[in-house]
Amino acid sequence: MARAAQLGRLTVAIAWRRARLVERRPQTATARSLVLTVPGWPGHLPGQHVDVRLTADDGYQAVRSYSLAAPADADRIELGVQTVPDGEVSPYLADDLPLGADVEVRGPLGNWFVWRTEQTEPVLLVAGGSGVVPLAAMVRAHRRAQSRSPFHLLYSVRTPDEIWYRDHLADGDPRLDVRIVYTRQAPPGSTRAPGRIAPADLEEPTARLEPTSPVYVCGPTGFVEAVGNLLTDMGRDPATIRTERFG
Amino acid sequence: MADATGHLDGNCLAGPLSEILSVEPTTAWWRCPECARSGPLAGLHVYGPEPGLTARCPGCAYIALRLVREGEHIWLTVGGGTGAFRFRTA
Repeated sequence: MARAAQLGRLTVAIAWRRARLVERRPQTATARSLVLTVPGWPGHLPGQHVDVRLTADDGYQAVRSYSLAAPADADRIELGVQTVPDGEVSPYLADDLPLGADVEVRGPLGNWFVWRTEQTEPVLLVAGGSGVVPLAAMVRAHRRAQSRSPFHLLYSVRTPDEIWYRDHLADGDPRLDVRIVYTRQAPPGSTRAPGRIAPADLEEPTARLEPTSPVYVCGPTGFVEAVGNLLTDMGRDPATIRTERFG
Repeated sequence: MADATGHLDGNCLAGPLSEILSVEPTTAWWRCPECARSGPLAGLHVYGPEPGLTARCPGCAYIALRLVREGEHIWLTVGGGTGAFRFRTA
């Protein structure tokens, strides 16, 4: 009996759960925040993700991974969805799935790319485009916990129109230092010429880290590779660099 | 097959492996038998797309594991050989 109960618990932890879309907010022209309610949601750590499963009328199923954009909040979860042109799933989730409709989610998933409120070292977060989603969950958890660990976010976007979570990233919290790097078009008055993240962009935030400080890098694969190489070239211990790649 | 810049990382194996493992897999430590590099499963380079995923050593591209979904089964191959475990998931 005890064994059966334990197996039952383990099974529940990985089960697909019904999730209802209750709120959709635009982040950019092509990015959306989706809030879903998931009965029985066990909670999660900032940085974790879920798998979302859609089932068509003919039974065809598609599964995609999406990062959780906010810390645990009872049975509500928030996902960040970037529309992929000609994508099979993301345009539907971003714009077509009606409010009140159900999908299935599996999670929380992944214990590696997470930040825990007990961590005390200064932290560097490096985001490329939609890679900001799991890092936003860390930023919000950091604020909610009133953590004294200094957070530095270096956020690479092509243009000012592509910034997600504007309100969360610019609230004057002295323990959160946010720098935006524009790769194509910077806002008027910017002193930095548009361009990809370069060693000069990383020097100041890495100088404030401790040798064991974690660096979280999330974005498209090429971005993650480039930033990872810059960091190791600057002498960061590769074991302190945690990465999450999007395709 | 994804190209050299198109791989994902071992974080994306968390969901598929949760169907056959009861322990969270992405923090599992792994050592490459080819180049002796070590690190977490999350750091492996994963090539897809589903239903077939191949996780390779980030240093030397040695195959760490392959995961293939086929209907109600998941096939798991550890290392680069041809022997495989077949798990029933439904």
